[in-house]
Amino acid sequence: MSVATETTARSVEKYRVTRSRRNVAWTGLGALVVVVVLALFPYIVYSGTTSIMVQAFIVLILASMWNMLAGYAGLVSVGQQAFVGLGAYFVLILNIHSISMFTALPVAAVGCGVASLPMWWLVSRLRSGYFAIATWVLATTVLLIIEKFPSIGGGTGMSLPHAPNISAALLEAETYWIGLAVTVLALVTVYLLLRSRLGLVLTAIRDDEMAARSSGARVGLARMLVFVVAAIGCGAAGALLAISQLIVQPSAVFSVQWTAEMAFAVIIGGLGTIEGPILGTIVYIVLQQTLASYNAWYLIILGLVAMFVALFARRGLWGLVDEHLHIRLFPVGYWLWAPGSSGRRRRDSTEPGRRGISLRRRGRHS
Amino acid sequence: MAWVNAIIQGILIGGLYALFACGLSLMFGVMKVVNLAHGDLAIIGGYIAVGVIAVTHIPVLWSFVIVVPLMALLGYVLQRTVIQASLDRSILTTLLVTFGLSVVIENGLLEFINADSHSLGVGNAIITSSFSIGSQITIAYLLLLIFVVAVVVLLGLQYFLSMSKYGRLIRAVADDKEAAQLSGVDYRHVFGIAAAIAFGTVALAGIAYGMYSQFSPTTGTDTILLFAFAAVVIGGLGSLWGTLVGGVVLGVAQQIGAQINQSDQLLAGYIVFLAVLALRPQGLVARRAQS
Repeated sequence: MSVATETTARSVEKYRVTRSRRNVAWTGLGALVVVVVLALFPYIVYSGTTSIMVQAFIVLILASMWNMLAGYAGLVSVGQQAFVGLGAYFVLILNIHSISMFTALPVAAVGCGVASLPMWWLVSRLRSGYFAIATWVLATTVLLIIEKFPSIGGGTGMSLPHAPNISAALLEAETYWIGLAVTVLALVTVYLLLRSRLGLVLTAIRDDEMAARSSGARVGLARMLVFVVAAIGCGAAGALLAISQLIVQPSAVFSVQWTAEMAFAVIIGGLGTIEGPILGTIVYIVLQQTLASYNAWYLIILGLVAMFVALFARRGLWGLVDEHLHIRLFPVGYWLWAPGSSGRRRRDSTEPGRRGISLRRRGRHS
Repeated sequence: MAWVNAIIQGILIGGLYALFACGLSLMFGVMKVVNLAHGDLAIIGGYIAVGVIAVTHIPVLWSFVIVVPLMALLGYVLQRTVIQASLDRSILTTLLVTFGLSVVIENGLLEFINADSHSLGVGNAIITSSFSIGSQITIAYLLLLIFVVAVVVLLGLQYFLSMSKYGRLIRAVADDKEAAQLSGVDYRHVFGIAAAIAFGTVALAGIAYGMYSQFSPTTGTDTILLFAFAAVVIGGLGSLWGTLVGGVVLGVAQQIGAQINQSDQLLAGYIVFLAVLALRPQGLVARRAQS
């Protein structure tokens, strides 16, 4: 009897569950400082730098969205360029009707979210690889339909007719700030979403879909929600693209290259972690800027590195950091503190990304 | 009469699409791998044919004698290395890796060759000509040849899979690779053989496309992968004859679209694909539930 009491008492008193092994308040503070410094950039760096930063913001938004799709919901979409393109075109259409392009951005993002619902209805009938190509076909179909309307530029595209009548420097700075704001909003949304109940459901699905289903997890609903949020995010990125370029060309905004970039950034940075896309985007931008004069070489190198990482370092660069330093800047899982331990045991099943992609097939087949 | 012509042309071009699709279908059926680099590999087949013809001066029609074995070898090697390694990890990894491969091949071709279009001139007077039925219907011998090749390839695959010793092994491994392994079958080798066959058909598809039309590095994904996939889904997953039906339906839809408006050719095909996806999902999902 005393043993039983002791066990109960121990489990009540000694086991603790926290979000992270260390206190992450300093991460939040650090992130805030980074954002403030980034917000001051237009005052301290050349405008060339801020326009590169806007490119980085676009890739970072896209990468975070793709990470949520592939890394958490298990949806490998190769058709996210559909929403990049739609976002850009929504801005163009609203701008044709004399609505400021900055006001058009949130409308475009929401519009993409709405447009994603019928698309989800179609593509959710297929799984894994076939889902991937179906999204690709869908993106191509949207492109072909949009090219049929000469009033929005047809097959060649058109410039935004009502670009703000302000100095180039101010326009660049405003674009930068809007880009920064959208990026912060996107990252915070993804972070909070994955910390919420939805994140838990997604983790359960990823670990064992059948077990999750039988425990009452609404698998279809969770996946749809992720698809819609990713569409909104990619639409916002597309709108940002239109604003930063002041021109919308169908073949450019609907290029599958967008999906390649977001996927490679995520895979290299670390699939299934919040930090991965950030790290991956930095790698991506550095490579792209260094190899800018060699055309498509940066994509070839990124592709090869991504293939290597997917095969041999499946948790990406951030996985390496995490493994050696045990740092999670943005924890979305839980730590289990065993009695008397220093918290070394981690409840893996609730820590997305901790184990990389596949949980059930760890060992090689004999 | 113009409509009848459109339908006949559509059926014939459907043979080419079925040829695109059967490698994709075979690799999914046996290894459960959806090879996102499928189209780019077909284009590599086309470029190898261009190179082989330039060096050896063999007739275009006979280039497959060299290109098909080369691509089959490439298929075996790729399967035993990269694809098997990603299969050992997870299905998700196979998608990431084949997508990476697709982007690397496409941009590699852009860098090492160029963005210009190439084509394989047929160089055979009979094949380049055509015959007429009535005043409106003209059938090119080349398209007829491609259609016949597609049917022969599908028949051959069907016969091979159901009758031959290796076909039996492939079906066994596709059903349950662990059980096959227990019976003393090296499933990795069988996967390699299946991939070699799939890549052989991919090479044929690349050569056929090169003879039929011009191709550039981006044709692999723009055209071949998406058409192959649409044909597979329209026809129903997992059935080789379904693939032919799907190819023909896609081809007819495109030709009818082109008949309505020249620029609607691609759109018509994809709309039929989406309609099938929307209206007949049960037919599409049936086979997959087992895997």
